[in-house]
Amino acid sequence: MVDLRTSLGSAVLPNPLATASGCAANGRELSRFFPLSELGAVVTKSVMLAPRSGRATPRMAETPSGMLNSIGLQGPGVDAFVEHDLPWLQAQGARTIVSIAGGSIDEYAVVADRVNGAPPGSVAAVEVNISCPNVEDRGLVFACDPMAAAAAVQAARRALDPAIPVLAKLSPDVTDIVTIARACVGAGADGLTMINTVLGMVIDTGTLRPALAGVTGGLSGPAIRPVAVRCIWQVHAALPDVPILGVGGVRTGLDALQLVLAGASAVSVGTVVFNDPSAPVRVLRELHDALEERGFERFVDAVGYAHRSFEQEYA
Amino acid sequence: MAPSGPIQVRGEVLSVRRVGAYFHVTLLAQGVAERVRPGHFVALAVGGESSSMLLRRSFSIYRAQERGVYGGTVEIVLAAHGPGTSWLAGCRPHDPVDVVGPLGTPFALPKDPASCTLVGGGYGSAPLFSLADALRARGCRVDVVLGAGSEDRLFGVLDAKRISQSVTVTTDDGSLGHRGRVTDVLPAVFARADTDVVYACGPMAMLRALSEVAAAHGVAAQVAVEEAMACGIGVCMTCVLPVVGDDGVTRMVRSCTEGPVFRGESVRWADVGTVPPDCLGAPLPAGGH
Repeated sequence: MVDLRTSLGSAVLPNPLATASGCAANGRELSRFFPLSELGAVVTKSVMLAPRSGRATPRMAETPSGMLNSIGLQGPGVDAFVEHDLPWLQAQGARTIVSIAGGSIDEYAVVADRVNGAPPGSVAAVEVNISCPNVEDRGLVFACDPMAAAAAVQAARRALDPAIPVLAKLSPDVTDIVTIARACVGAGADGLTMINTVLGMVIDTGTLRPALAGVTGGLSGPAIRPVAVRCIWQVHAALPDVPILGVGGVRTGLDALQLVLAGASAVSVGTVVFNDPSAPVRVLRELHDALEERGFERFVDAVGYAHRSFEQEYA
Repeated sequence: MAPSGPIQVRGEVLSVRRVGAYFHVTLLAQGVAERVRPGHFVALAVGGESSSMLLRRSFSIYRAQERGVYGGTVEIVLAAHGPGTSWLAGCRPHDPVDVVGPLGTPFALPKDPASCTLVGGGYGSAPLFSLADALRARGCRVDVVLGAGSEDRLFGVLDAKRISQSVTVTTDDGSLGHRGRVTDVLPAVFARADTDVVYACGPMAMLRALSEVAAAHGVAAQVAVEEAMACGIGVCMTCVLPVVGDDGVTRMVRSCTEGPVFRGESVRWADVGTVPPDCLGAPLPAGGH
């Protein structure tokens, strides 16, 4: 048996498998397929201050080994989330990483403050989603600018109990992800989540129009896994002590292992849940077996392992 | 009480049969059938375990049998119009298919015997036959209207004759029955059958027109909508449409979980594909989201 315990800053998790924000709602639907307590963490759908309708349909287009979405952060607002969803998740024995989003720096601060007011122990960590590409004004994607990214992270960090780790969720759609990562860590992020969806577009060749009502959308699924592995690799190489929650196209235990070897201390599964609602527990089982087959006694020994062998052989 | 809620099972194809322009697929799916109520659907993985087609395909359930020769079976009807449905249509007996189901909120049945008209567009008629059985078991009168573009796109005309007081058929090209749309014949059926409730499944445009006719005749409508779904289980939020709640507030609700069956008058048909400005959490006119 491999010791699967891991941590993201001060959040200690019994295993490294988490859901990905936006792909598990707030846990209730997936709990019909497996107990949420079996996961290392549940990352909830990004919540904003007020209820949000999201965008018009069509919101989804299937692409090779992936999909494009433009949901637009539909959700009940942070107060309903704190009142209804967090206590329910806690009662399930889930460790909850709360994903928050904002349209302004102020909104990040207020949403983080409301989450901070949740009952003690119900929030394992807060993920600051600075990279959702579905805000109508692309200028609002904080993660594309180091100053804006840092400001959003700092606003959340200041509003939260220091005992609650803050993860900044980064976009791969930047020139240099390491610069953004450094800015977020400098602003108080205890860890990083990588990656969010990749901005994409599909044109319907029947209607001769964009397939999504929102025109552009976020590409997710196995199609983007190499991008995730690259981002995690680059940031882990530059900031080896900063824990990373790896996300992007994980479908199997071996996919998860790639992200771990690149430097992820935990791994989220997202879009594959739409294909296989049991994927989180299946991938965890497969990851365990893959680690065991490779002689790892502890999960944490595999984190960033690809960097080590690379240096030894080619330095 | 029968078990409820969806499960995920490794199912198996028992048969694939051509029916007109469609394919009738019987799946062995242990544990699913006994949970099924009329209006439920199943979500099937397509293309095999390493397929590049990641999203499940959802199908309303034509029939579910708890104790077939091989065990619990679920039957669906599909049109092979894309790579996923073509893969399913090309399956051979004993091919494995991952099944999640039953999903969705089923048709609401009347408490007392009522006169029910069932309307299906194309293979959308598939879930109406088990519904008819359930209604007849409650002492309801059942009349059926089936419509399609052409004769080969009708599904279940013989089935319908077996289970109903009357069957009316319409085709756009007049190849069978009345030439025209189901809504052309509905007022006459409503009058003849003294219809209390109309149940319908088919293309969105048909459901919209039908809901209007039903409202004009004081007939309650239960419609099963067709919206593109990525997950079918309620987590992805792709299949939403604007629906007015009992509190008068419009929300973007999931057709996979709160639906696929809605009361006809609760769907804001003219606004499907948009977010109405008075919808809860709608983007503000300036700035938006």
